[in-house]
Amino acid sequence: MSETEDSTIMIRAGGLTKAFGALVAVDGVDFEVRKGEAFGLLGPNGAGKSTIMRMIASVSRRSGGTLSILGMDPDERGPDIRGHLGVVPQQDNLDTELRVRDNLIVYGRYFGLPMKFLRPKAEELLEFAQLTEKAAVKVDSLSGGMKRRLTIARALVNEPDILLLDEPTTGLDPQARHILWDRLFRLKEAGVTLVITTHYMDEAEQLCDRLVVMDKGRIMAAGTPAALIQQYSSREVVELRFGSERNAEVALQLAGTGERIETLPDRILIYTQTGEEDLARIVDGGLRPLTSLVRRSSLEDVFLRLTGRSLVE
Amino acid sequence: MSVEVRAHAGARAYFGERRSARSIAFGAWYVCEHRLRTMRAYLMTIVMGSVFNPMFYLFSLGLGIGSYIDASSGGLGQGAISYLTFVGPALLASAALNVGFEECAFPVLGGFKWTREFWAMNAAPISARQVASGVLMAAGFRVVFTVAVFFGFLSLFHALPSPSAWMAMPAAMLSGLAFGSVIMAIASRLEEDDGWFAMINRLVIAPMFLFSGTFFPLERLPLGLQWIGWISPLWHATQLGRVAAYGMVEPAWLTACHIGYLVIMLIIGLALSFRTFARRLSK
Repeated sequence: MSETEDSTIMIRAGGLTKAFGALVAVDGVDFEVRKGEAFGLLGPNGAGKSTIMRMIASVSRRSGGTLSILGMDPDERGPDIRGHLGVVPQQDNLDTELRVRDNLIVYGRYFGLPMKFLRPKAEELLEFAQLTEKAAVKVDSLSGGMKRRLTIARALVNEPDILLLDEPTTGLDPQARHILWDRLFRLKEAGVTLVITTHYMDEAEQLCDRLVVMDKGRIMAAGTPAALIQQYSSREVVELRFGSERNAEVALQLAGTGERIETLPDRILIYTQTGEEDLARIVDGGLRPLTSLVRRSSLEDVFLRLTGRSLVE
Repeated sequence: MSVEVRAHAGARAYFGERRSARSIAFGAWYVCEHRLRTMRAYLMTIVMGSVFNPMFYLFSLGLGIGSYIDASSGGLGQGAISYLTFVGPALLASAALNVGFEECAFPVLGGFKWTREFWAMNAAPISARQVASGVLMAAGFRVVFTVAVFFGFLSLFHALPSPSAWMAMPAAMLSGLAFGSVIMAIASRLEEDDGWFAMINRLVIAPMFLFSGTFFPLERLPLGLQWIGWISPLWHATQLGRVAAYGMVEPAWLTACHIGYLVIMLIIGLALSFRTFARRLSK
């Protein structure tokens, strides 16, 4: 990719705000998405991710700020922008009364594409989505993973410049998720710009070049997964379990170990650069955890640090 | 070339300067096309319904009640037309209304609630108005088919003496679409079915069928009940059909009123549907 293409801004949001009455769902966020990158919006439920997606998808009008997609303002040129987008919504919205292949063809018609283009295109997309054998069955008989793949294939029928994926793997089993990641990764390699919302950290680490962590409508942090881990977490994490009765008491004795200690009801987390050495020191000091684990710090640690551990429902 | 690359190369040749140009011009038709494809799944029901429904009515009312009434009274006034000729235009319009209801009730609720496919259409460059117009357009195709078949049966039963009888068809079709547009406006507001459609069937469609001058002239009803006919699209379409089918005499201004009423109903139904579709899809 050339220097100029690399710097092409596909989406630019400045002070982007969306309010539903008194509820401010998106509270003045700024971000940019560049051509060919996979950009992630992370956050707990209610963080405002899907609302941002709907504004980018040019179907929900912003309440304030600026938003430009492919250089166009969605308030003024919604249909023009939508012609360049592929949208994979959180909930599948396939036509369950139609057959798998017909879902692709019917959708292609919405972009004004002719049948002579759509017939071979549908076969290619079925191949891409590994659904060729299911082409003639009704959508209702597909598994959850297959429906997701069909929804993604459908979103590609107009060959979009930007593919928007809202929680693409929620509710899928691990095998189905991995197949889906593989398909998305191939699209990214083919130069499609991806915007993904997720609350799965492994998904974000797998797919996203760059991401923002959101909470309560605001951006808490932004960067590459590695940079975020470096900035907001330590290199390694030691997880110790002493039994729920003793964790809090033992944590006091461990004060000063590592860079930071977090005490949870079921375990103690020590954020450190030297996990194995710290664990050895703790055991040498006479403490006997029921279980212990040293692991690399993950995006999940960053996420929980930034958005807290309280449950949002 | 890999599947991924092929899956992402080629459409540009078919798009003009502006990708959404064709969608903006023909979006409603694409929605209609989609609905017609969906109808193929229940094509058999549509065809059977359109054929057997008139047959049942015409045998029952023509050979049964009709022959009884005609034998005992020597036919109805205005040149002693048969009872079937009198009731035929009403049945024709009623069939159109029922199809309008069927195609604008559950498909609209389903598009918002069950399949959520209206959101998928709107994610493409299709506007809320185009979604609503397309659904009504597809209903129109079914209305045309049903009315044409019904009209064919009426001809077979010699229930259409006037050469201008064919004009009963557009009248019936207009009433089907006008009623359908109002049903669409209601269906688009519903978050759940909650028995609303069953209630409309029992408390709106059934009384409309019984009290709109379908089986006897509206003037026979007490004045206090005649308003049901006046507000009913079925009565207006039926009267238009009777003027066409056997030259029923009525003042021209009244005929104009029938047409005007149905057109205004269609416009209001569509306008309300546009508003609700837009509100729901942009939420």
